[in-house]
Amino acid sequence: MSLCMNQATAEKLMSGAIGAPARELAQWTHRSVYRAAGLLAFQFDHSSTNIFAPQGTPARSIFGLSMLVLAICAAIFLVVSGLLLYTLIRYRHRNGDSNREPAQIYGSNQVELSWTVIPVLIIVVLFLATARVIFITEQARKPASAVDVVVIGHQYWWEYRYPKLGIVTANELHVPVSDPGHPTPTYLTMSSADTDHSFWVPELAGKMDVIPNKVNTMWIDPEKPGLYLGQCAQYCGTQHAKMLIRVYADSPADFAAWVAAQQHPALQNASASEGSAVFQRNACISCHAISGTAAKGTFGPDLSHVASRATIASGSVPNTPENLRAFVDDPAHFKPGALMPAMHLSDHDLDAVTQYLMTLR
Amino acid sequence: MATHTPATSIAAHPALRQRGRALDVLYDWITTVDHKKIGLMYIGYALIFLVIAGIEALLMRVQLAVPNNTFVSPQTFNRLFTMHGTTMVFFVGMPILFGFGNYLIPLMIGARDMAFPRLNAFSFWISAFGGVLLYFSYFAGSGLYGAGTAPDVGWFAYAPLTARVFSPGHSTDYWTLSVLLSGVGSIGTALNIVATTLSMRCPGMKLSRMPLLVWLYFVTSCIAFIAISPLTAAQIMLMIDRYLGGHFFDTQAGGSAVLWMHFFWIFGHPEVYILVLPAFAFANEIIPVFSRKAIFGYPAMVAATVAIGFISMGVWAHHMFTVGLGPGANAFFTLATMVIAVPTGIKIFNWLATLWGGSIHFTTPMIFAIGFLFQFLIAGLTGVMLAASPFDWQLGNSYFVVAHFHYVLVGAILFMIFSAFYYWYPKMTGRMMSEKLGKWHFWLLVIGFHLTFDFMHIPGILGMPRRIYTYEADRGWAIWNMIVSSGAIFQTIATLIFVYNLVWSFFKGPKAGADPWDAWTLEWSTTSPPPSYNFARTPTVESRRPLWDLKHPEDPDTNYE
Amino acid sequence: MSTAVAISHPASEEWRQPSRGIVGMACLIAAESAIFIIFVVAYIFYLGKSLSGPTPREVLDLPILSTICLLSSSITVHFAVHELRAGRIGRSSSWLAATVLLGSIFIAGTAREWHELIYRHGLTIRTNLFGTTFYSLVGLHASHVIAGLIMLSIALIFSLMGKVNSSHAGRLEVLSIYWHFVDAVWVVVFTVVYVLGR
Repeated sequence: MSLCMNQATAEKLMSGAIGAPARELAQWTHRSVYRAAGLLAFQFDHSSTNIFAPQGTPARSIFGLSMLVLAICAAIFLVVSGLLLYTLIRYRHRNGDSNREPAQIYGSNQVELSWTVIPVLIIVVLFLATARVIFITEQARKPASAVDVVVIGHQYWWEYRYPKLGIVTANELHVPVSDPGHPTPTYLTMSSADTDHSFWVPELAGKMDVIPNKVNTMWIDPEKPGLYLGQCAQYCGTQHAKMLIRVYADSPADFAAWVAAQQHPALQNASASEGSAVFQRNACISCHAISGTAAKGTFGPDLSHVASRATIASGSVPNTPENLRAFVDDPAHFKPGALMPAMHLSDHDLDAVTQYLMTLR
Repeated sequence: MATHTPATSIAAHPALRQRGRALDVLYDWITTVDHKKIGLMYIGYALIFLVIAGIEALLMRVQLAVPNNTFVSPQTFNRLFTMHGTTMVFFVGMPILFGFGNYLIPLMIGARDMAFPRLNAFSFWISAFGGVLLYFSYFAGSGLYGAGTAPDVGWFAYAPLTARVFSPGHSTDYWTLSVLLSGVGSIGTALNIVATTLSMRCPGMKLSRMPLLVWLYFVTSCIAFIAISPLTAAQIMLMIDRYLGGHFFDTQAGGSAVLWMHFFWIFGHPEVYILVLPAFAFANEIIPVFSRKAIFGYPAMVAATVAIGFISMGVWAHHMFTVGLGPGANAFFTLATMVIAVPTGIKIFNWLATLWGGSIHFTTPMIFAIGFLFQFLIAGLTGVMLAASPFDWQLGNSYFVVAHFHYVLVGAILFMIFSAFYYWYPKMTGRMMSEKLGKWHFWLLVIGFHLTFDFMHIPGILGMPRRIYTYEADRGWAIWNMIVSSGAIFQTIATLIFVYNLVWSFFKGPKAGADPWDAWTLEWSTTSPPPSYNFARTPTVESRRPLWDLKHPEDPDTNYE
Repeated sequence: MSTAVAISHPASEEWRQPSRGIVGMACLIAAESAIFIIFVVAYIFYLGKSLSGPTPREVLDLPILSTICLLSSSITVHFAVHELRAGRIGRSSSWLAATVLLGSIFIAGTAREWHELIYRHGLTIRTNLFGTTFYSLVGLHASHVIAGLIMLSIALIFSLMGKVNSSHAGRLEVLSIYWHFVDAVWVVVFTVVYVLGR
């Protein structure tokens, strides 16, 4: 992660967050905290879901606030635990001590008052800084150039619908990179088809729960092209662990190309007509949809362009012909508890279906 | 205590005398209404469940030690964390704390028993039955047809995962019924504690002279009425949904999943205080005795406790910052949650001031209490981090949260429970626990605890959600999980030493006498263990530390209150 | 330090504490209130959120007679305690009998209402959110009335058998507090379900 940029941005955020009188304090604390954070960040560099490596505005605002809260908490810890340690050493009972009881002190109202008022002041600072980030994140104005995506959580996979673009896809979310000069954030409108889920891509934003019979919204604006990982963060059933999220932030040109490709109906390749027939003949079509065919199921992921995805099984398995074939044969091989049943196809049919699905680019 | 039993006729038969005596003892314990025996049964039953739930935790840590592990199946793992959480909260934490309360409160206020001894026995047995019912699900969970299974909905059992559609079979019914029964037992005991505190004090024991332990148990019990009842109500609703086809949490019929979350956390958050206040209560007794000073700021401690009680009712939605409550509610619950740090801070500072100027004896109960102070401080500070709701949008439901609440439950509460064991064991059994083994227990537990729960924060920061049965190697979580799991080994050894110490000291420990710690509250004025009637003559008190007054007639506390 | 010390002085002032029965009942009422609050909140939260009919307005009538009976039974039970304390066992029994009768009329009223709702309007606990929340809230209250009636009947039987004297007034008072609570809950349920919710 790029520390210099983080430092500058968060410095701005932090000083804004707590106002001019506390600015000096903030500048003093943030340097040491950043040094520590930098060390940590170095340790964490190989993790792609690090909340302290923000790559988008919401994650970055949270990061700034987190550093402030961490600094204050660390300071409190040092002071109180230092005092405690000192007391324990200074007033320990030594072997030679007389057995007379120490002076009995019952209390002091002044002292009580002081350790009530000081925490109250700290809390005021923390609360104001927090409230600011709550409101700038949750009440951010939506620009006209924003991309809309409807996110539907299903037991152990994600459905993504782009209503304005007429695209339905699954598990791999494509969004445009957002340039600060010309922001194109992606607004996610989320709900669940079954149990509670939670959408969490740590480097882009905090999580937001995906709940049936309730519509939630959040937004992301990746700064750099690339793949951002995440996963379901609310226990949703047996395969909660393998309900992974992959967000591809594409450059504007790449995104346009992806959209164009997805808007095409599914490719019907004559060489795979046998697999297509197997697909249409079996129960596949009652759960899966392939645009331009009789398959209109909505219970499972849309497969119109399944071969264009890098992974299957909600991001948990690379999309190779071997893996796809094994998955169709018995999904429990990769995801025990997945709702798709083993299809009990003959080896010949399995090969055909796999070949067919791999043509759906 | 009535000991004339049907066993007397059996005992007449010489060959059966041995068994007759065992039956006698069994009959005596099963039918007892003595608060001390019920207290000990609570503690014993909690310890059994502590071991069971501890083994569940160990199995989970083995599974998570390395990525892509297949030690247990996902279904088994989900059952493990559900059972671990439910057991630890309802069948370890609550009973062990109620056990100590049952044992100590009448002794500390100079009473001969609780206000309602038979209700007391009823509460114990119904809670105990709840625990047995929960584990019976392992044999009968999916009904009589298939093999049984335990519930796998998580300890807060979010709707609609608990609906019949998503959780067929009976495993979830076992969960909801056992939690309901535990709740009934807890409300009964809480009622008993409040009535005992208000109506059974010995002459002179004004409210302002009660030991802080009793005060804190009193507040805890008051919270229990207002907190546990909503859970009971929610469980009734869930059963109406599951058995009668109701729609409370049926999202297909317009029901709300969020309503369950509210109801659950209106219970769930005060529950944290129901568990932690008794731990504070122990600290309030133990820290002064081993600092050889009166507690600093008694009125402030009472006021802070009552304040925590009230504020704890208004913070539940900080468990729901990611539910989409909107910025106003998020800001409100952020503030309410941060405010609770103030009375909690007051407590820490008062303990510090009690130590200050004292003559600190590092006995085993005291070192556990000191461990509690440091660890509770850290737990409180990570709590402040989570209270800052945007920070929680990242950390919520991650391993950071798991680390945070284990810091509270293990680092603070369990440490203080161990401290209470070492402190009151002499009173309960008449024998001291081994100090040497106690120190081994402490240091191994400290090492294990910090290895496990300090490092558990890190995978949370790196994006690891809780309740996943496995993870990919490329996420950078593996090394941290390995360290976390390795800490569990130390904790296991420490716990085994503790159990050994409990048993060994019962037979071989040095005799304790009535007042081994030179303490100041009424329980130390009677023999160890106390007779069934507690006090031969009802005591009378004139200050908060009646035994101090007795030992220091030249300078009694009555001069200062 | 190992000898037991017994502390006992004559109490300097008279030592008075609240009755444990009343404290216990107050605690029970606090806990029960919390349960009712949750059911009332659920009822209000789901008002008008049912996806299908019938609605409260279509099927609910004001249970005026039941309400009058239940509320006046609070007065009769009060007199029962009052007379028992004064040692007039016979009058106390009559007031108790009146309380049981009034409570039974209330339960009969609920039974009639439910019969109508189920067989004439087809509203069951499964029908919609209104059915679920209505039957659980009113049923929860009715079950409390039934529990109270059972306890009152036992007290009445003991009284008629001549096993009750004025020293039991404290116990009957604890029971009467429970009965007043059940009445107070009905005021809330009546207001929420039959007045505001309709």
